[in-house]
Amino acid sequence: MNKLDSIEQQQIKENIPNFQAGDTVKVHVRIKEGNKERLQVFEGVVIARKHGGVRETVTVRKISFGVGVERIFPIHATIIDHIDVIRRGRVRRAKLYYLRDLRGKAARIKERDFRNKKAKT
Amino acid sequence: MISGIIGRKVGMTQIFAEDGTVTPVTVIKAGPCVVVQTKSAAGKDGYNAVQLGLVEDKPIKLKNVTKPMRGHFEKTGAGMPPTRVLKEIRLVGEPEAEIGDQIKVDLFADGDKIEVIGKSKGRGFAGTIKRHNFSRGPMSHGSMNIREPGSIGQSAYPSRVIKGTKSSGHMGDERVTVRGLTIARVDAENNLLLVKGAVPGANGSLVIVKKSSRQ
Repeated sequence: MNKLDSIEQQQIKENIPNFQAGDTVKVHVRIKEGNKERLQVFEGVVIARKHGGVRETVTVRKISFGVGVERIFPIHATIIDHIDVIRRGRVRRAKLYYLRDLRGKAARIKERDFRNKKAKT
Repeated sequence: MISGIIGRKVGMTQIFAEDGTVTPVTVIKAGPCVVVQTKSAAGKDGYNAVQLGLVEDKPIKLKNVTKPMRGHFEKTGAGMPPTRVLKEIRLVGEPEAEIGDQIKVDLFADGDKIEVIGKSKGRGFAGTIKRHNFSRGPMSHGSMNIREPGSIGQSAYPSRVIKGTKSSGHMGDERVTVRGLTIARVDAENNLLLVKGAVPGANGSLVIVKKSSRQ
């Protein structure tokens, strides 16, 4: 795999913040309309990060007008302008597919508690 | 003009274009190759071809080269180190290349139509469903023909199985040519070819990349 890594390394983006499943993120996507280019924001909860290297994707879920919407973004794709982390959530698994079966109050995620960790570092 | 090169499949990845499209590509480490022998229709061989040897990062040790092979390489007279892999590329006209010439990936340019020859992954003794895309029988209600091939012929006449009837047997591990592939990118510095789409064989297996015969 090392040989592939060297090819993928050229395309990997530097400006990706650290985030994991349970975090709330804003993904800024470049959209072309005719000749104009604008940024569209998709805000939601990260329910999965998959694959490695340049092929890594992130699944973001939000509730839009009462309907659950999920988008899968290739993190290193050129259409992704940048990703902002809004909120860090405390979850106990890497894939939050169970959120699809929950709605309303049950689908909330607790905010991660950094108080003790910050004191240590 | 030599139209092909030997390489090894490295693996698959993706490349992103500026307009946002993602292209799946196979990375092939191709060459550098060296011309070991030339054959011409006018000579005793009766056909036009060049024999290429794949120059690898780790060359074969001389003690592991058989005596006949050593003789073959000594015949070139160029003091050429022996290579593990030798393959012939057929040519249309008389070979212009000289023994000892280097063939590199710069033979190809972005967007070239190519065909790739490789050896497919072996599947062992495979049933008809995997090997010939037969359909399966019902899974329940006492079904006893879940993955069976079904009828293979009639009884009284012809009272035998017609030759060539699709049946279970060995699958894969055979030479496969994929035509109509496109070169997505040429990395001459690292001897890499990025081919759009999939290529037969496992990672690390030998492939021959040729310019497309149909234009």
